[in-house]
Amino acid sequence: MINDVASWLLDPAHWTGPDGVPARTWEHIWYSGVSLLIASLIAVPAGLLIGHTGRGRVVAVNLAGAARAVPSLGLLFIMVLFLGPRLSGDAASLWPSLIVLIVLAIPPILSGAYAGVEGVDPAARDAARGMGMTGWEVLSRVEVPCALPLIFSGLRSAALQVVATATIAAIVGIGGLGRLLIDGQAIRDFPQMVSGALLVAVLALLVDLALAGVQRYAVSPGLTGRTTTRGGGRAATDADGTTDADGIPAPGAVFAGEKELAVRREAGKTEPRHNS
Amino acid sequence: MRTSRIAVSLGAAFALVSLAACGGGGNNNDVFATGSSSSGSGGGSSITVGSANFPENQLLAEIYAGALKAKGVDVTTKLNIGSREVYIPALKDGSIDLIPEYTGVLAQYFNKNAKATDADGVYKELQAALPSTLTVLDKSAAEDKDSVAVTKATADKLQLKSIADLKGKSQNLVLGGPPEWKTRETGVPGLKKLYGLEFKSFKPLDAGGPLSVQALKNGQVDAANIFTTDPSIPANNFVVLEDPKHLFAAQNVVPLITKTKVNDTVSGALNGVSAKLDTKTLTDLLAKVVTDKQDPDKVAQEWLKSNGLG
Amino acid sequence: MTWFLDHVQDVLDLAVQHVYLAGLPLVIGLLLALPLGWLARRYPGLYTPFTAGFGLLYTIPSLALFILLPGILGTRILDRSNVLVAMTVYTVALLVRTVADALGAVPDDVKQAATAMGFTRFRRFFAVELPLAVPVIAAGMRVAAVSNVSIVSVAAVIGIPQLGLLFTDGFARSFYDPIVVGLAACFVLALAFDLVILAVARLLTPWQRAGGAS
Repeated sequence: MINDVASWLLDPAHWTGPDGVPARTWEHIWYSGVSLLIASLIAVPAGLLIGHTGRGRVVAVNLAGAARAVPSLGLLFIMVLFLGPRLSGDAASLWPSLIVLIVLAIPPILSGAYAGVEGVDPAARDAARGMGMTGWEVLSRVEVPCALPLIFSGLRSAALQVVATATIAAIVGIGGLGRLLIDGQAIRDFPQMVSGALLVAVLALLVDLALAGVQRYAVSPGLTGRTTTRGGGRAATDADGTTDADGIPAPGAVFAGEKELAVRREAGKTEPRHNS
Repeated sequence: MRTSRIAVSLGAAFALVSLAACGGGGNNNDVFATGSSSSGSGGGSSITVGSANFPENQLLAEIYAGALKAKGVDVTTKLNIGSREVYIPALKDGSIDLIPEYTGVLAQYFNKNAKATDADGVYKELQAALPSTLTVLDKSAAEDKDSVAVTKATADKLQLKSIADLKGKSQNLVLGGPPEWKTRETGVPGLKKLYGLEFKSFKPLDAGGPLSVQALKNGQVDAANIFTTDPSIPANNFVVLEDPKHLFAAQNVVPLITKTKVNDTVSGALNGVSAKLDTKTLTDLLAKVVTDKQDPDKVAQEWLKSNGLG
Repeated sequence: MTWFLDHVQDVLDLAVQHVYLAGLPLVIGLLLALPLGWLARRYPGLYTPFTAGFGLLYTIPSLALFILLPGILGTRILDRSNVLVAMTVYTVALLVRTVADALGAVPDDVKQAATAMGFTRFRRFFAVELPLAVPVIAAGMRVAAVSNVSIVSVAAVIGIPQLGLLFTDGFARSFYDPIVVGLAACFVLALAFDLVILAVARLLTPWQRAGGAS
């Protein structure tokens, strides 16, 4: 089995042409990147606004929770049935897939953004106000920089799920690494399927590493120094988590996300006391 | 106090597990399709009927299941399994015992060099090609062929009547079909070998399902594999191209079954179905399922009743 | 709507299958993740390999896992155990990190107090650390539950009946009703799982109800 997979991956014929690995990988990155970008453009400002004003939380938490509970496969099919006849060409398959991925990516990004802003030390916020900053300045110069670790945590969690789920685009006839899975399944070509699964996992890992690199560059050293070098305090303010933002309260936030979030915040706040 | 709490939580966990276990374990897998297994005096035989992942095959599976039940056979259904490349292994490993099949493609699946194109010749080749554990019962007159279909506009513009007319034009056209068409003899390789056609590209879609129809309709593909009984052909004015070189051999509906499951009751019931089934009937029944959105099992029951089989 | 009323029994049957395929792995996954998470916390060198390694399992596309497992486990192609194992893998992937972090968030002074009171390491774990970790673990369980409910539906593509079958059936006939009913049913199931987990967590953490404890 392992040999079959290796020889599939090493076969030069699988690395060229429109259905070769590089082309499929590129499509996969393209679908994932566009979805993450659109989801971020929606969720980050919304999350920041909610965190800053403290308004609309309940609505946002519930919407994000509901979005998480939507099975991607069902949403994909209904979008294809609905949008398919209204779009022409490849867009008829492409947009439904992108919408599914965007819906998937919004909840973690949104939760990361507002939890990040909400978790900003009130003392820092008060100090900023005391210095005469306007609401906008407080948000952009204090809250956003302090919230970056959690914003990134949400983004990375979203990226992981999107890269893994972008494979379903192949079910409705477009490209991406999912083609290796669907086409492999149709003809029971197991080495091709395993190769596809491996490539997706590797891609997810690389995307996460890339985002971690951006995060390291973007987040103020003052913050990372506090949150990552400590021994025990990774649970809540985790700045380098691989799959973390999903510790963020989930769908049922509908019923009690408040409390979970409080637990997280508490954990985050209390931790430094023991160590410093 | 603490111990009681742990006890409660353990209890809750076990309750959840056992609830889930009996919920899932008790029943067989037949949930969506027909009512669950109905036992009777049918020689004590039990049969699991499977189906491929398109509505017509599910409908046929329901018809087989209903006819068997009527004869007192213990029937379970596992529908919507996937493509031939998935359900044949399921048949071999005993996950299912019976599935509605089509003679031509099935013969080619087991024998890449199958040559016959007429109904009887194909059926003979099929019988010879089957692995020793499987057999087919009587074929029906009903046929559902793969086809290469184009829109009316494309047919008019390129003056297409048959697949052969695509010669010299196909390099500008995108072909759509199920993923397995890329490598299957009755797909892209066959079109090249028999008709000398090279398409601009092949787009993997679904097995003659909504994706293929939609892709053909809105121009994602220029030609697509659509099943000849598909109600969307008349509904969209698609043109089914003739197949003068018989790439798609005769495709009579036939029950493919595990040999050990065959007995007089079983073959009597299934051959009874095959005797009454023709292409017109199948097309009409399928339209009820796909166009009128009726349940396959109800459509199957009605037809069986009106033909004295159910 | 009439379609739903005509098929209530079918939908319920499928929902029961769905609960089984999504719920059982949730419990097994938790039981597996507890010792793994404990190990990751007990031996700091294991933390990163464990959390990152198991987390990576989550990126295996579900369709691939469903189809490849028979080859790996020697099970039959249409065996539901393939789906159960796959869902357990995803549950463990999500929970190992949660458990490790939850245990790590238990304040040191509490642990020291327990040790000072003469608790053995074993008793301290079950009587102090685990109960204090319940809220965070429960949060992780809720995420895993929703994730499972969604992923299980993909098994319809390989012919394992559950609510996802409504998606493939509706799609094959360009028929909205089954898909919409399936989506709604999945949504209700996700909420139900959520409520059960919350209720159990509440039962296990009476001090949180006392108020002012945090």
